[in-house]
Amino acid sequence: MRWRHKDLLDLDNLSAQEIELVLQSALSMKEVLFRPIKKLPTLRGKSIALMFYENSTRTRTSFETAAKILGADVTNFSVAQSSVNKGESLLDTAKTLQAMNIDLVIIRHACSGASEFLAKQLKAGVINGGDGQHAHPTQALLDFFTMKERWGEFKGKKVLIVGDILHSRVAHSNALGLKKLGAEVVLIGPPTLLPPEMSYLGVKTSYDLDSELPGADAVMALRLQLERQQSGLFPSLREYNRLYGLTREKIAKTGKDTIILHPGPLNRGVEISSDLADSVQSVIEEQVTNGVAVRMALIYLLIGGTSNVMA
Amino acid sequence: MTKRIPKHKIMDADGIRRAINRISHEIVEKNKGTENLVLIGIRTRGVPLAERIQARILDFENVKLPLGLLDITLYRDDLSMIDVQPVIHETKVPFSIEGKTVILVDDVLYTGRTVRAALDALIDLGRPQKIQLAVLIDRGHRELPIRADYVGKNIPTSSREIISVCLSEIDNSEEVLLLE
Repeated sequence: MRWRHKDLLDLDNLSAQEIELVLQSALSMKEVLFRPIKKLPTLRGKSIALMFYENSTRTRTSFETAAKILGADVTNFSVAQSSVNKGESLLDTAKTLQAMNIDLVIIRHACSGASEFLAKQLKAGVINGGDGQHAHPTQALLDFFTMKERWGEFKGKKVLIVGDILHSRVAHSNALGLKKLGAEVVLIGPPTLLPPEMSYLGVKTSYDLDSELPGADAVMALRLQLERQQSGLFPSLREYNRLYGLTREKIAKTGKDTIILHPGPLNRGVEISSDLADSVQSVIEEQVTNGVAVRMALIYLLIGGTSNVMA
Repeated sequence: MTKRIPKHKIMDADGIRRAINRISHEIVEKNKGTENLVLIGIRTRGVPLAERIQARILDFENVKLPLGLLDITLYRDDLSMIDVQPVIHETKVPFSIEGKTVILVDDVLYTGRTVRAALDALIDLGRPQKIQLAVLIDRGHRELPIRADYVGKNIPTSSREIISVCLSEIDNSEEVLLLE
Protein backbone atom coordinates (compact mmCIF):
# COMPACT_ATOMS: atom_id res chain seq x y z
CA MET A 1 0.00 0.00 0.00
CA ARG A 2 1.22 3.44 -0.85
CA TRP A 3 1.20 6.52 1.36
CA ARG A 4 -0.31 9.42 -0.54
CA HIS A 5 -0.56 12.25 1.94
CA LYS A 6 1.57 15.37 2.03
CA ASP A 7 0.41 16.20 5.54
CA LEU A 8 -0.98 14.61 8.66
CA LEU A 9 -3.59 16.96 10.09
CA ASP A 10 -6.17 14.63 11.60
CA LEU A 11 -7.24 11.03 11.32
CA ASP A 12 -10.49 11.71 9.46
CA ASN A 13 -8.89 11.39 6.03
CA LEU A 14 -6.85 8.29 6.84
CA SER A 15 -8.29 4.87 6.06
CA ALA A 16 -8.04 1.97 8.50
CA GLN A 17 -5.38 0.45 6.20
CA GLU A 18 -3.34 3.64 6.27
CA ILE A 19 -3.49 3.71 10.06
CA GLU A 20 -2.34 0.08 10.09
CA LEU A 21 0.54 1.01 7.76
CA VAL A 22 1.66 3.66 10.25
CA LEU A 23 1.45 1.15 13.11
CA GLN A 24 3.34 -1.50 11.16
CA SER A 25 6.09 0.96 10.22
CA ALA A 26 6.27 2.11 13.83
CA LEU A 27 6.94 -1.45 14.96
CA SER A 28 10.06 -1.51 12.78
CA MET A 29 11.09 1.88 14.10
CA LYS A 30 10.70 0.76 17.69
CA GLU A 31 13.46 -1.84 17.24
CA VAL A 32 15.87 1.00 16.44
CA LEU A 33 15.15 2.67 19.80
CA PHE A 34 16.70 -0.25 21.65
CA ARG A 35 19.91 -0.41 19.64
CA PRO A 36 23.23 0.67 21.08
CA ILE A 37 23.54 3.18 18.25
CA LYS A 38 20.19 4.90 17.82
CA LYS A 39 20.89 6.62 14.54
CA LEU A 40 19.76 6.01 10.98
CA PRO A 41 20.96 7.64 7.77
CA THR A 42 17.49 7.55 6.22
CA LEU A 43 16.66 11.27 6.26
CA ARG A 44 20.14 12.68 5.92
CA GLY A 45 19.94 16.13 4.44
CA LYS A 46 16.25 16.62 5.17
CA SER A 47 15.28 19.46 7.42
CA ILE A 48 12.40 19.63 9.84
CA ALA A 49 11.13 22.70 11.66
CA LEU A 50 9.32 22.44 14.98
CA MET A 51 6.93 25.34 15.50
CA PHE A 52 5.38 25.08 18.93
CA TYR A 53 3.11 27.99 19.77
CA GLU A 54 1.85 26.21 22.88
CA ASN A 55 3.75 24.70 25.77
CA SER A 56 4.83 21.14 25.33
CA THR A 57 7.52 18.91 26.71
CA ARG A 58 6.80 15.40 25.59
CA THR A 59 5.35 16.03 22.17
CA ARG A 60 8.10 18.43 21.14
CA THR A 61 10.98 16.33 22.49
CA SER A 62 9.37 13.21 21.06
CA PHE A 63 9.23 14.72 17.56
CA GLU A 64 12.73 16.10 17.92
CA THR A 65 14.11 12.73 19.05
CA ALA A 66 12.28 10.93 16.26
CA ALA A 67 13.61 13.29 13.61
CA LYS A 68 17.16 13.11 14.90
CA ILE A 69 17.23 9.31 15.06
CA LEU A 70 16.16 9.27 11.42
CA GLY A 71 19.09 11.52 10.62
CA ALA A 72 17.16 14.69 9.76
CA ASP A 73 18.23 18.15 10.86
CA VAL A 74 15.88 19.82 13.29
CA THR A 75 15.29 23.51 13.69
CA ASN A 76 13.57 24.41 16.90
CA PHE A 77 11.56 27.46 16.48
CA SER A 78 10.79 28.69 19.93
CA VAL A 79 8.05 31.22 19.99
CA ALA A 80 9.34 33.16 22.96
CA GLN A 81 12.54 34.17 21.15
CA SER A 82 11.11 34.54 17.68
CA SER A 83 9.67 37.26 15.50
CA VAL A 84 6.21 36.16 16.60
CA ASN A 85 6.78 38.50 19.49
CA LYS A 86 7.30 41.25 16.94
CA GLY A 87 3.86 40.53 15.52
CA GLU A 88 4.78 38.27 12.60
CA SER A 89 1.78 36.31 11.33
CA LEU A 90 1.71 32.53 11.19
CA LEU A 91 1.71 32.65 7.40
CA ASP A 92 4.72 34.96 7.20
CA THR A 93 6.65 32.81 9.63
CA ALA A 94 5.79 29.75 7.58
CA LYS A 95 6.82 31.43 4.34
CA THR A 96 10.15 32.27 5.88
CA LEU A 97 10.66 28.60 6.71
CA GLN A 98 9.61 27.63 3.20
CA ALA A 99 12.19 30.01 1.76
CA MET A 100 14.77 28.05 3.73
CA ASN A 101 13.66 24.86 1.95
CA ILE A 102 12.38 23.09 5.03
CA ASP A 103 10.98 19.67 4.12
CA LEU A 104 8.55 19.21 6.98
CA VAL A 105 6.91 21.51 9.50
CA ILE A 106 5.54 20.21 12.77
CA ILE A 107 3.21 22.67 14.38
CA ARG A 108 1.34 22.99 17.64
CA HIS A 109 -1.00 25.91 17.94
CA ALA A 110 -3.81 27.02 20.23
CA CYS A 111 -6.10 27.72 17.27
CA SER A 112 -8.04 24.80 15.81
CA GLY A 113 -7.25 24.60 12.11
CA ALA A 114 -3.83 26.27 12.30
CA SER A 115 -2.08 23.23 10.85
CA GLU A 116 -4.55 22.92 8.02
CA PHE A 117 -4.10 26.58 7.16
CA LEU A 118 -0.36 26.05 7.03
CA ALA A 119 -0.64 22.85 4.99
CA LYS A 120 -2.61 24.67 2.31
CA GLN A 121 0.01 27.38 2.03
CA LEU A 122 3.18 25.34 2.12
CA LYS A 123 4.84 22.97 -0.32
CA ALA A 124 6.48 21.31 2.65
CA GLY A 125 4.67 18.58 4.54
CA VAL A 126 2.89 19.52 7.76
CA ILE A 127 2.27 17.40 10.84
CA ASN A 128 -0.28 18.58 13.33
CA GLY A 129 1.26 18.36 16.79
CA GLY A 130 -2.03 19.46 18.35
CA ASP A 131 -4.26 22.34 17.28
CA GLY A 132 -6.64 23.94 19.76
CA GLN A 133 -9.51 21.64 20.62
CA HIS A 134 -9.47 20.05 17.19
CA ALA A 135 -7.02 17.19 16.77
CA HIS A 136 -3.83 15.56 18.00
CA PRO A 137 -3.34 12.74 15.51
CA THR A 138 0.14 11.60 16.55
CA GLN A 139 -1.00 11.14 20.15
CA ALA A 140 -3.93 9.04 18.97
CA LEU A 141 -1.68 6.94 16.73
CA LEU A 142 0.73 6.23 19.57
CA ASP A 143 -2.24 5.22 21.73
CA PHE A 144 -3.35 2.80 19.00
CA PHE A 145 0.16 1.42 18.71
CA THR A 146 0.27 0.83 22.47
CA MET A 147 -3.09 -0.95 22.37
CA LYS A 148 -2.18 -3.01 19.31
CA GLU A 149 1.02 -4.20 20.95
CA ARG A 150 -1.10 -5.55 23.80
CA TRP A 151 -4.07 -6.86 21.87
CA GLY A 152 -2.99 -7.62 18.33
CA GLU A 153 -6.25 -6.28 16.95
CA PHE A 154 -9.01 -3.82 17.78
CA LYS A 155 -12.14 -5.76 16.89
CA GLY A 156 -14.30 -6.45 19.94
CA LYS A 157 -12.25 -4.23 22.27
CA LYS A 158 -13.91 -1.65 24.48
CA VAL A 159 -12.10 1.63 25.14
CA LEU A 160 -13.30 4.23 27.65
CA ILE A 161 -12.08 7.79 27.31
CA VAL A 162 -12.75 9.64 30.54
CA GLY A 163 -12.63 13.28 31.50
CA ASP A 164 -12.68 16.65 29.80
CA ILE A 165 -13.92 15.51 26.40
CA LEU A 166 -14.98 19.01 25.39
CA HIS A 167 -11.50 20.51 25.40
CA SER A 168 -9.63 17.36 24.44
CA ARG A 169 -8.12 17.08 20.98
CA VAL A 170 -6.70 13.74 22.13
CA ALA A 171 -10.21 12.38 22.74
CA HIS A 172 -11.43 13.60 19.35
CA SER A 173 -8.61 12.00 17.39
CA ASN A 174 -8.77 8.79 19.41
CA ALA A 175 -12.52 8.42 18.95
CA LEU A 176 -12.24 8.97 15.19
CA GLY A 177 -9.42 6.49 14.72
CA LEU A 178 -10.62 3.76 17.09
CA LYS A 179 -13.97 3.73 15.36
CA LYS A 180 -12.24 3.16 12.02
CA LEU A 181 -10.14 0.38 13.50
CA GLY A 182 -13.23 -1.40 14.75
CA ALA A 183 -13.02 -0.85 18.52
CA GLU A 184 -15.97 0.19 20.65
CA VAL A 185 -15.41 3.66 22.14
CA VAL A 186 -17.29 5.30 24.99
CA LEU A 187 -16.66 8.94 25.86
CA ILE A 188 -17.33 9.65 29.52
CA GLY A 189 -17.38 12.91 31.43
CA PRO A 190 -19.57 15.35 33.35
CA PRO A 191 -22.35 16.90 31.24
CA THR A 192 -20.63 20.29 31.14
CA LEU A 193 -17.51 18.72 29.63
CA LEU A 194 -19.38 16.30 27.37
CA PRO A 195 -21.93 18.35 25.43
CA PRO A 196 -24.47 16.54 23.22
CA GLU A 197 -22.68 17.86 20.09
CA MET A 198 -20.00 15.25 20.72
CA SER A 199 -22.36 12.73 19.16
CA TYR A 200 -21.03 13.96 15.78
CA LEU A 201 -18.08 11.64 16.41
CA GLY A 202 -20.49 8.74 16.10
CA VAL A 203 -19.50 7.00 19.32
CA LYS A 204 -21.37 6.34 22.53
CA THR A 205 -21.27 8.96 25.29
CA SER A 206 -22.08 8.57 28.95
CA TYR A 207 -22.04 10.59 32.18
CA ASP A 208 -21.67 7.53 34.36
CA LEU A 209 -18.21 5.98 34.59
CA ASP A 210 -19.16 3.14 36.96
CA SER A 211 -21.79 1.66 34.66
CA GLU A 212 -19.39 1.60 31.70
CA LEU A 213 -16.43 0.03 33.48
CA PRO A 214 -17.42 -3.67 33.24
CA GLY A 215 -15.73 -5.24 30.23
CA ALA A 216 -13.48 -2.31 29.38
CA ASP A 217 -10.16 -3.38 27.81
CA ALA A 218 -8.57 0.06 28.05
CA VAL A 219 -9.37 3.16 30.04
CA MET A 220 -7.82 6.43 28.98
CA ALA A 221 -7.77 9.27 31.47
CA LEU A 222 -7.59 12.74 30.01
CA ARG A 223 -5.76 15.55 31.69
CA LEU A 224 -8.16 17.89 33.38
CA GLN A 225 -7.05 21.10 31.73
CA LEU A 226 -7.03 23.22 34.85
CA GLU A 227 -6.00 26.27 32.84
CA ARG A 228 -9.26 26.03 30.91
CA GLN A 229 -11.51 25.53 33.93
CA GLN A 230 -11.89 29.10 35.13
CA SER A 231 -15.51 29.30 34.04
CA GLY A 232 -16.88 26.85 36.62
CA LEU A 233 -17.66 23.89 34.39
CA PHE A 234 -17.84 21.60 37.44
CA PRO A 235 -18.45 22.32 41.12
CA SER A 236 -15.17 21.19 42.67
CA LEU A 237 -12.04 19.21 41.97
CA ARG A 238 -13.01 16.87 44.78
CA GLU A 239 -16.33 16.05 43.28
CA TYR A 240 -14.75 15.59 39.85
CA ASN A 241 -12.20 13.24 41.35
CA ARG A 242 -14.86 11.22 43.13
CA LEU A 243 -16.99 10.73 40.00
CA TYR A 244 -14.43 10.58 37.20
CA GLY A 245 -11.04 10.13 38.81
CA LEU A 246 -9.52 6.71 38.03
CA THR A 247 -8.46 4.58 40.98
CA ARG A 248 -7.45 0.97 41.43
CA GLU A 249 -10.79 0.21 43.07
CA LYS A 250 -12.75 1.57 40.12
CA ILE A 251 -10.58 -0.18 37.53
CA ALA A 252 -11.08 -3.49 39.36
CA LYS A 253 -14.73 -3.29 38.25
CA THR A 254 -13.78 -3.95 34.62
CA GLY A 255 -13.19 -7.61 35.47
CA LYS A 256 -10.37 -7.67 32.92
CA ASP A 257 -6.66 -7.02 32.53
CA THR A 258 -7.46 -3.47 31.63
CA ILE A 259 -4.68 -1.15 30.47
CA ILE A 260 -4.59 2.45 31.65
CA LEU A 261 -3.53 5.19 29.29
CA HIS A 262 -2.95 8.88 29.82
CA PRO A 263 -1.59 11.39 27.31
CA GLY A 264 0.25 13.29 30.02
CA PRO A 265 1.12 15.44 31.80
CA LEU A 266 -0.58 13.87 34.82
CA ASN A 267 -2.57 15.66 37.49
CA ARG A 268 -1.99 13.00 40.10
CA GLY A 269 -4.89 12.69 42.50
CA VAL A 270 -7.26 14.49 40.11
CA GLU A 271 -8.04 12.43 37.01
CA ILE A 272 -5.87 9.48 38.06
CA SER A 273 -4.68 8.25 41.44
CA SER A 274 -0.95 8.02 41.96
CA ASP A 275 -0.92 4.31 42.73
CA LEU A 276 -2.88 3.50 39.57
CA ALA A 277 -0.58 5.65 37.44
CA ASP A 278 2.40 3.70 38.74
CA SER A 279 0.74 0.27 38.69
CA VAL A 280 1.52 -2.60 36.32
CA GLN A 281 -1.68 -1.90 34.44
CA SER A 282 -0.47 1.56 33.54
CA VAL A 283 1.14 1.85 30.10
CA ILE A 284 1.82 5.57 30.45
CA GLU A 285 5.59 5.23 30.11
CA GLU A 286 5.26 2.82 27.20
CA GLN A 287 3.12 5.44 25.51
CA VAL A 288 6.06 7.83 25.64
CA THR A 289 8.49 5.30 24.12
CA ASN A 290 5.95 4.32 21.48
CA GLY A 291 5.40 8.00 20.70
CA VAL A 292 8.94 8.28 19.38
CA ALA A 293 8.53 5.15 17.22
CA VAL A 294 5.18 6.30 15.82
CA ARG A 295 6.51 9.77 15.03
CA MET A 296 9.54 8.24 13.30
CA ALA A 297 7.18 6.19 11.16
CA LEU A 298 5.11 9.24 10.25
CA ILE A 299 8.08 11.41 9.42
CA TYR A 300 9.46 8.60 7.26
CA LEU A 301 6.15 8.12 5.49
CA LEU A 302 5.77 11.85 4.84
CA ILE A 303 9.25 12.78 3.66
CA GLY A 304 11.22 9.52 3.47
CA GLY A 305 10.33 8.69 -0.11
CA THR A 306 10.19 10.88 -3.16
CA SER A 307 10.03 14.60 -2.61
CA ASN A 308 6.70 15.93 -1.44
CA VAL A 309 4.23 16.11 -4.23
CA MET A 310 1.61 18.81 -4.06
CA ALA A 311 -1.78 17.15 -4.34
CA MET B 1 4.80 -3.36 -13.67
CA THR B 2 4.81 -4.71 -17.19
CA LYS B 3 4.51 -8.43 -17.49
CA ARG B 4 7.85 -10.11 -18.03
CA ILE B 5 8.26 -13.18 -20.16
CA PRO B 6 10.26 -16.08 -18.68
CA LYS B 7 13.23 -16.73 -20.96
CA HIS B 8 14.52 -19.81 -19.30
CA LYS B 9 14.88 -21.63 -16.02
CA ILE B 10 18.30 -21.22 -14.44
CA MET B 11 17.77 -23.47 -11.45
CA ASP B 12 15.11 -25.91 -10.37
CA ALA B 13 14.31 -27.07 -6.83
CA ASP B 14 17.11 -29.65 -6.87
CA GLY B 15 19.60 -27.10 -8.17
CA ILE B 16 18.71 -24.67 -5.37
CA ARG B 17 18.98 -27.42 -2.78
CA ARG B 18 22.42 -28.50 -4.00
CA ALA B 19 23.68 -24.92 -4.12
CA ILE B 20 22.53 -24.29 -0.55
CA ASN B 21 24.15 -27.56 0.55
CA ARG B 22 27.45 -26.59 -1.02
CA ILE B 23 27.36 -23.03 0.39
CA SER B 24 26.65 -24.43 3.88
CA HIS B 25 29.67 -26.72 3.65
CA GLU B 26 31.85 -23.94 2.29
CA ILE B 27 30.89 -21.64 5.15
CA VAL B 28 31.94 -24.23 7.74
CA GLU B 29 35.09 -25.13 5.81
CA LYS B 30 36.24 -21.58 5.24
CA ASN B 31 35.69 -20.61 8.88
CA LYS B 32 37.18 -23.85 10.19
CA GLY B 33 34.07 -24.80 12.11
CA THR B 34 31.03 -22.96 13.37
CA GLU B 35 32.46 -21.10 16.31
CA ASN B 36 31.52 -17.42 16.40
CA LEU B 37 29.35 -17.71 13.28
CA VAL B 38 25.97 -16.02 13.00
CA LEU B 39 23.61 -15.89 10.02
CA ILE B 40 21.76 -12.78 8.94
CA GLY B 41 19.25 -12.90 6.10
CA ILE B 42 18.40 -9.78 4.14
CA ARG B 43 14.66 -9.38 3.76
CA THR B 44 12.82 -10.70 1.92
CA ARG B 45 14.32 -13.73 0.18
CA GLY B 46 17.60 -13.78 2.04
CA VAL B 47 15.66 -14.87 5.12
CA PRO B 48 14.45 -18.31 3.96
CA LEU B 49 17.87 -18.93 2.40
CA ALA B 50 19.56 -18.16 5.71
CA GLU B 51 17.08 -20.47 7.46
CA ARG B 52 17.97 -23.28 5.05
CA ILE B 53 21.68 -22.77 5.61
CA GLN B 54 21.01 -22.86 9.35
CA ALA B 55 19.14 -26.17 8.96
CA ARG B 56 21.89 -27.71 6.76
CA ILE B 57 24.65 -26.77 9.17
CA LEU B 58 22.55 -28.16 12.03
CA ASP B 59 22.29 -31.43 10.04
CA PHE B 60 25.96 -32.03 9.51
CA GLU B 61 27.66 -30.10 12.33
CA ASN B 62 24.96 -30.47 14.98
CA VAL B 63 25.18 -26.76 15.78
CA LYS B 64 22.31 -24.33 15.46
CA LEU B 65 23.69 -20.95 14.42
CA PRO B 66 21.92 -17.81 15.64
CA LEU B 67 19.77 -16.32 12.89
CA GLY B 68 18.76 -12.69 12.38
CA LEU B 69 16.66 -10.79 9.85
CA LEU B 70 17.70 -7.49 8.39
CA ASP B 71 15.46 -4.92 6.70
CA ILE B 72 17.62 -2.47 4.79
CA THR B 73 14.94 -0.01 3.66
CA LEU B 74 16.04 2.72 6.04
CA TYR B 75 19.60 2.47 4.68
CA ARG B 76 18.82 2.61 0.96
CA ASP B 77 20.60 5.26 -1.07
CA ASP B 78 17.78 5.60 -3.57
CA LEU B 79 14.84 6.47 -1.31
CA SER B 80 14.46 9.88 -2.90
CA MET B 81 14.58 8.39 -6.41
CA ILE B 82 12.17 5.49 -6.34
CA ASP B 83 8.59 6.08 -7.17
CA VAL B 84 6.80 3.82 -4.74
CA GLN B 85 7.97 4.24 -1.18
CA PRO B 86 8.95 0.88 0.22
CA VAL B 87 7.19 -0.37 3.32
CA ILE B 88 9.64 -0.86 6.14
CA HIS B 89 9.73 -4.19 7.92
CA GLU B 90 11.17 -5.12 11.23
CA THR B 91 14.84 -5.86 11.73
CA LYS B 92 15.20 -8.74 14.18
CA VAL B 93 18.67 -9.54 15.38
CA PRO B 94 18.05 -10.98 18.87
CA PHE B 95 21.75 -11.41 19.71
CA SER B 96 24.87 -9.28 19.79
CA ILE B 97 26.97 -9.29 16.63
CA GLU B 98 29.89 -7.76 18.50
CA GLY B 99 33.05 -9.72 17.62
CA LYS B 100 31.12 -12.31 15.56
CA THR B 101 31.66 -13.56 12.04
CA VAL B 102 28.47 -12.56 10.30
CA ILE B 103 27.34 -14.49 7.25
CA LEU B 104 25.10 -12.11 5.34
CA VAL B 105 22.66 -13.97 3.08
CA ASP B 106 20.74 -12.64 0.08
CA ASP B 107 19.16 -14.12 -3.01
CA VAL B 108 20.69 -12.08 -5.85
CA LEU B 109 23.86 -10.00 -5.98
CA TYR B 110 23.54 -7.35 -8.68
CA THR B 111 24.67 -3.72 -8.31
CA GLY B 112 25.90 -4.27 -4.77
CA ARG B 113 23.81 -1.43 -3.39
CA THR B 114 21.64 -3.67 -1.24
CA VAL B 115 24.75 -5.18 0.29
CA ARG B 116 26.23 -1.73 0.87
CA ALA B 117 23.04 -0.76 2.74
CA ALA B 118 23.11 -4.04 4.68
CA LEU B 119 26.72 -3.42 5.73
CA ASP B 120 25.78 0.01 7.07
CA ALA B 121 22.77 -1.45 8.87
CA LEU B 122 24.88 -4.22 10.41
CA ILE B 123 27.57 -1.91 11.63
CA ASP B 124 24.92 0.18 13.39
CA LEU B 125 24.05 -2.94 15.39
CA GLY B 126 27.58 -3.48 16.64
CA ARG B 127 31.10 -4.26 15.46
CA PRO B 128 31.37 -7.73 13.98
CA GLN B 129 34.81 -9.22 13.59
CA LYS B 130 34.15 -10.21 9.98
CA ILE B 131 31.30 -10.04 7.53
CA GLN B 132 31.04 -12.58 4.73
CA LEU B 133 28.46 -12.59 1.96
CA ALA B 134 26.53 -15.59 0.65
CA VAL B 135 24.21 -15.27 -2.37
CA LEU B 136 22.25 -17.76 -4.39
CA ILE B 137 22.82 -15.91 -7.69
CA ASP B 138 25.56 -13.50 -8.75
CA ARG B 139 24.44 -11.81 -11.93
CA GLY B 140 27.26 -9.28 -12.34
CA HIS B 141 26.90 -5.54 -13.16
CA ARG B 142 28.40 -4.32 -9.91
CA GLU B 143 28.29 -0.57 -9.27
CA LEU B 144 30.27 -0.79 -6.03
CA PRO B 145 33.45 -2.67 -5.05
CA ILE B 146 31.62 -5.58 -3.42
CA ARG B 147 31.97 -9.33 -4.01
CA ALA B 148 30.41 -12.46 -2.56
CA ASP B 149 32.32 -15.06 -0.52
CA TYR B 150 29.87 -17.85 -1.37
CA VAL B 151 27.94 -18.04 -4.63
CA GLY B 152 25.28 -20.57 -5.62
CA LYS B 153 25.57 -19.81 -9.31
CA ASN B 154 27.16 -17.12 -11.47
CA ILE B 155 24.82 -16.00 -14.25
CA PRO B 156 26.08 -13.53 -16.85
CA THR B 157 23.08 -11.32 -17.63
CA SER B 158 22.28 -8.23 -19.61
CA SER B 159 20.95 -5.38 -17.53
CA ARG B 160 17.63 -5.57 -19.41
CA GLU B 161 17.03 -9.01 -18.00
CA ILE B 162 15.61 -9.79 -14.59
CA ILE B 163 16.45 -12.66 -12.30
CA SER B 164 13.46 -13.97 -10.40
CA VAL B 165 14.17 -16.18 -7.41
CA CYS B 166 11.11 -18.08 -6.21
CA LEU B 167 11.31 -19.87 -2.87
CA SER B 168 8.57 -22.11 -1.54
CA GLU B 169 8.43 -20.28 1.82
CA ILE B 170 7.36 -17.05 0.09
CA ASP B 171 6.32 -17.87 -3.46
CA ASN B 172 4.28 -20.69 -4.88
CA SER B 173 7.23 -22.32 -6.57
CA GLU B 174 10.83 -23.23 -6.10
CA GLU B 175 12.99 -22.10 -9.01
CA VAL B 176 15.22 -19.37 -10.43
CA LEU B 177 14.04 -17.81 -13.69
CA LEU B 178 15.59 -15.43 -16.16
CA LEU B 179 12.97 -12.97 -17.38
CA GLU B 180 13.11 -10.53 -20.23
